[in-house]
Amino acid sequence: MPGPTIQALGDAAIVVTFGAEMSEAVNDRVMALAASLAAAPLSPHVRDIVPAIASLVVHVDPRHARVEELMAKLRERTKFYPVDFPRLTEPGKINRVEFREVRVHDIPVRYGGEFGPDLADVAAFAGIDAAEVVRRHIAAAYRVYMLGFLPGFAYLGKVEPSIAAPRRSTPRQQVPAGSIGIAGPQTGIYPQESPGGWQLIGRTACRMFDASSGRSLLQPGDGVRFVLESSL
Amino acid sequence: MLTTVQDLGRQGLQHLGVPAGGPMDWWSHEAANRLVGNAPEAALLEVTLIGPELELLRNATAAVTGANFELSVSGRPVPMNQTFAVEAGDRLSFGRRVTGARGYVAFDGGIDVPAVMGSRATHLKAALGGHQGRALRRHDTLPLGAGGRTSAGASSPVADPPHIPLPSPTALRVIAGPEMPDAAIWQTVYTVSPQSDRMGYRLDGGAVQASGDHVSSAVAMGTVQVTPSGTCVLLMADRATSGGYARAATVITADLPRAGQLAPGDALRFVPVSFDEARAALQQMRARLPGSAA
Repeated sequence: MPGPTIQALGDAAIVVTFGAEMSEAVNDRVMALAASLAAAPLSPHVRDIVPAIASLVVHVDPRHARVEELMAKLRERTKFYPVDFPRLTEPGKINRVEFREVRVHDIPVRYGGEFGPDLADVAAFAGIDAAEVVRRHIAAAYRVYMLGFLPGFAYLGKVEPSIAAPRRSTPRQQVPAGSIGIAGPQTGIYPQESPGGWQLIGRTACRMFDASSGRSLLQPGDGVRFVLESSL
Repeated sequence: MLTTVQDLGRQGLQHLGVPAGGPMDWWSHEAANRLVGNAPEAALLEVTLIGPELELLRNATAAVTGANFELSVSGRPVPMNQTFAVEAGDRLSFGRRVTGARGYVAFDGGIDVPAVMGSRATHLKAALGGHQGRALRRHDTLPLGAGGRTSAGASSPVADPPHIPLPSPTALRVIAGPEMPDAAIWQTVYTVSPQSDRMGYRLDGGAVQASGDHVSSAVAMGTVQVTPSGTCVLLMADRATSGGYARAATVITADLPRAGQLAPGDALRFVPVSFDEARAALQQMRARLPGSAA
């Protein structure tokens, strides 16, 4: 696998891109770099390190950091990157963002009915019945590829291709907190009520994000399994 | 009317999807805090297009920077960009807005609402921080931090904003990329659409070629996204931490205050510059902050 592409994102951020698609091999490299940058900071002027599905952004203080120098340092740091990292979602492995054991979360879900108003649409997309969509959604083990969009909103992947329905053509104005949606190969849990365009198939009562402490149930690199609580 | 409590925003939590937020115009935010003797991270009020009327419950030293409003305290005109004294019972009123979009109202001691995840900044979409996670309404009461000086005088500094008034179109200097932009983006004069807010500005004025779909990646304040239909969106303070559109360019830090002073209908264009130009421009902007004079 080739080394990453390192580019400026303005005068106060750098983006390191490892690939163009959602894959565990690419996301492993993202998480490994995030961990490396947490363990051995690039510069005292780094403000934030934001891993994503296939890339990582380092936000810096433009008053003190010189972006082109940090880009050169990052090139040096990632020169030996065509190596394979162990899968991160296996229990007992180390999460490379925060150097703690990877947790695998069991998320209980009520599927269908008022909790999953798009379950029938996803079933129609897949050409199967709703119960089979639920079975396929539960069968997979997911990884937290990144958090974004809203505090604690995890992008989980990958959804079994047959049920990987695209986003709704018209987003909803209000998606209830705890709603579980599908958008192509991704599935995710809305941590709070918000507008949203994902296909909603169920809902969980789990609290995903606590704003008073800034704690997110799911962290980049964690594993997730959905558990059937009920199906309508 | 949209008035929110803002400070420098939330840092170090974007990997959890927590948006940074903070002022739309960092220069005016920092200048207002400096004028009243606050630390740079003190919270103040960001006023959008139409100002509120504020009744003071204690004496204070106040300053208003940013968009040019006609200001008065209990009927007496007071100047923009320098300190003035207000006493308990006084009413600070915003009249006509002359130029710019956002005013910054600082009181000594700062607005002392509870910090949420290390910041007092209001994020409207996530309903976080500030006063109950929302914009201010009539009859809200806000606590001020320890202070109460009314030491404003003729000797106090004046903030001379380097970016206001804005020319039309306003040139916003950018670092190009990372997704290589269609060169049409440099030739186009865009207009800030009415569908614009603290999260970002939709830009009218012609489509540019998009480079297709991208998996979600992090974005910055000032990033210019190109949607699949070719519309440009300029991401501002309350942007989400990441996005899935092509990133054609990002406005340099020195020009973010200009971007933050644009109102719907205002014209702008993008000018690509080098890192050296970006750094020199930032130094020049910071040198114009009150109290920075050599």
